[in-house]
Amino acid sequence: MRTKITLLVNGARREVQTDPERPLLEVLREDLQLTGTKYGCGEGQCRACTVLLDGKAVTSCMTPVRTAAGKQITTIEGLAQNGKLHRVQEAFQEAEAMQCGYCVPGMVLTTAGLLKNTPRPTEAQIVAALNGNLCRCCGYPSIVAAVRLAAREQSNG
Amino acid sequence: MAEWGDFEPERYELREPAPYRFEADRREFLALAGGGLLLFTTGASGQRPGGQGEADLSARLHMAADGTITVFTSKVEVGQGSRTQLTQAAAEELGISPEKIRLVMADTDLVPDDGGTAGSRTTPSTVPAVRRAAAAAKKILAATAANPKATMDQLRGAIPSDVVVKPAGDWQHLGKTLPKVDSRAIVTGAHKYPADITRPGMLYGKVLRAPVYNAKLEELDKAAASKLAGVVIVHDGEFAGCTAPTSWEAKKGIEALAAGAKYSRKPHVSSKKLFEHLKATARTGSAAGRGSGPERTKGDASAAMASAANTLKASFEVAYVQHAPMEPRAAVAEWEGDKLTVWTGTQMPHRVRQQLAEAFRVPQEKVRVMVPDTGGGFGGKHTGETAIEAARLAKAAGKPVSLRWTRAEEFAWAYFRPAGLFEIQAGFDGNGKLTAWDYTNYNAGGAGLDTPYAVANSRIRFLYTDSPLREGSYRGIAATANNFARELFMDELAEAAKMDPLRFRLLNLDNPRLRAVLESAAERFRFAERWKSRKAGTGVGIACGTEKGSYIACCAEVGIREGEIEVREVTQVFECGAIQNPRNLRAQVDGCLIQGLGAALWEEAIFEDGKLMNGRFASYRVPRMSDVPKLDTHLLDRRDLTSAGAGETPIIAIAPAVAAAVHHAGYARVRSMPVRLAGA
Repeated sequence: MRTKITLLVNGARREVQTDPERPLLEVLREDLQLTGTKYGCGEGQCRACTVLLDGKAVTSCMTPVRTAAGKQITTIEGLAQNGKLHRVQEAFQEAEAMQCGYCVPGMVLTTAGLLKNTPRPTEAQIVAALNGNLCRCCGYPSIVAAVRLAAREQSNG
Repeated sequence: MAEWGDFEPERYELREPAPYRFEADRREFLALAGGGLLLFTTGASGQRPGGQGEADLSARLHMAADGTITVFTSKVEVGQGSRTQLTQAAAEELGISPEKIRLVMADTDLVPDDGGTAGSRTTPSTVPAVRRAAAAAKKILAATAANPKATMDQLRGAIPSDVVVKPAGDWQHLGKTLPKVDSRAIVTGAHKYPADITRPGMLYGKVLRAPVYNAKLEELDKAAASKLAGVVIVHDGEFAGCTAPTSWEAKKGIEALAAGAKYSRKPHVSSKKLFEHLKATARTGSAAGRGSGPERTKGDASAAMASAANTLKASFEVAYVQHAPMEPRAAVAEWEGDKLTVWTGTQMPHRVRQQLAEAFRVPQEKVRVMVPDTGGGFGGKHTGETAIEAARLAKAAGKPVSLRWTRAEEFAWAYFRPAGLFEIQAGFDGNGKLTAWDYTNYNAGGAGLDTPYAVANSRIRFLYTDSPLREGSYRGIAATANNFARELFMDELAEAAKMDPLRFRLLNLDNPRLRAVLESAAERFRFAERWKSRKAGTGVGIACGTEKGSYIACCAEVGIREGEIEVREVTQVFECGAIQNPRNLRAQVDGCLIQGLGAALWEEAIFEDGKLMNGRFASYRVPRMSDVPKLDTHLLDRRDLTSAGAGETPIIAIAPAVAAAVHHAGYARVRSMPVRLAGA
């Protein structure tokens, strides 16, 4: 059942021996110890498990690991560069867009994916992009504020 | 309030028998027969059993050679901000920078027992305990600054009873926003939640769940599962589960076990028949037994009702809801001989330690429970079932085991917020003054049972019933249900008295703090005007309430389009005494309100024939970003008053405000939560 799969995670080549049907989420967490990516529902309904696949936000719980082979995978651990936070991470910290924080990696990566294609999103575009990401602490107002802040910093910088 | 007697109105704790009765192995059996192992001592050194006791200084505080202060508490961080707030509290009294302070939370080997994280008690109990300890320590530090050893020696004493903390007027750290202390770890994914803990050689576990409620595992054919490589099967009484090197393989193991499992079943009430069932099984009078609620009377309610100029009667229903925290229950368990260590997301670390000790027949000193800052609780993580399950699997596997409940397990097998049925009758005079109040709450719980409105004659009851679902605590638990029923009934009374809902409330309300938030919210929202100028398809509503020493009022505007209720605008005013961390408080107040919208509009456990029908985020609708209304949150800072907890009360007023607005928009009176639309 197990086969060798080569993944490109946060810029590094990682080889895993795994059932190819296994969700990428589990491989990241259990085989590669990248536990920043969170399980929330296992069926793509909460997006806590969001990662970037070739720059696009996807739910890693719904992504069989075989389909991620050869693509650039970015997890929350790979967003900061040399200790310097990504502007979206900075904005979430600055706006304190977190309570328990469990949804934050998924929120941050979804936002990073949004800003890549839509650098100056409208309020409606922000809500449309993040409406699938659940936060049970319901800290949505500060999350929207963080996304706006990140977009502003991006267009200034 | 002596008449409440043995009844505890603040909480609705789940008290249930141990989830599993594990078989004793032969060696354990002999020890049990010898009578030695069932003795449990309470509390390790430096700890006091039984909750809110004040520990001595060294149990609370430690100073390192570099001046770093470590503060110890059994409280947990589940997103409500206690780690940051307690850091501020210690910094305040020590007069040092918060960066110099480290908090060790909820590690039963190291911390004093401050009780669980529940009932909004951290602010009124633990913050003062930490402040007293820090203030006492500051005196010692000043006297022994040059000699850390002398400092620690002196810290090893009791906290003097006459220790004085700073008045709010002198606060340097409290009263101001301190950014969340671990925010960098959260945004980088470095923060380790219970589900993220890994141990060398760790395996992943899964537990076999019954297909329906009220089912008992009778037979288990393990043949197919035992053929799977790497899978270790555990079958002990009604407990069955497995471990494997990955969750994926453990899942395959459980699927194989499930195929070979046979259950006996007992009937289970469906949610369609729920409220009849609650009423039929209510325990009243002397036969009530365990936890029979009190009947609290004032004056003579029945005589006053009989002689009232006007009377009105209605009943209300509140559905079961799930907490559904983003992180489902999780635990990692590791045995070294008979010593057990468990990392788990619970709001009750000491109680879970006790449950583990009982389940495995070891003294509590052999059990260490640690609670990494957890991905949400909302009152839903008071129990230790996941810790016990992980420990049982780890014992069988001989290796550390991580057990993480799936979302489906969390929906079906975690406990629910109690459902409730309410029957209310009131009498009022020709001026609209309440004269009689008769209130019965079936099953929803005692918090917020008493009315904040002035009425001379009342009978107020809370009755336990046979709940078909496992139920327990929840953020603002019964206060939400009681305020929903009471506030909507106040609206019906206002209409009967031909008054607007605001004026009717103010006429019957003496409590100055509740009046203050109500008047402030009404003014900011321009409630009186907007209530008069009704627009088609649009309505406004108002509600207020007090619970656990804080006060909330809410005004809401809803629009109704194609049968969907859209909450467009909300003004809320909240007061909890002196504000300790403004930004964190705002996050709590806004979060409560938005979370409360879910239960108000959509959330409801639907079950049929023993099966939870909507135990998924796809079918159990919770608030999303697009549901957030235009929000005006106003926090009253009362520096002259003691700080009360604030993580619960702001959830209690939104549902009745929204429900009242739905009626104002031209629909029938709302008498159920979640709100159902019906023609006028």
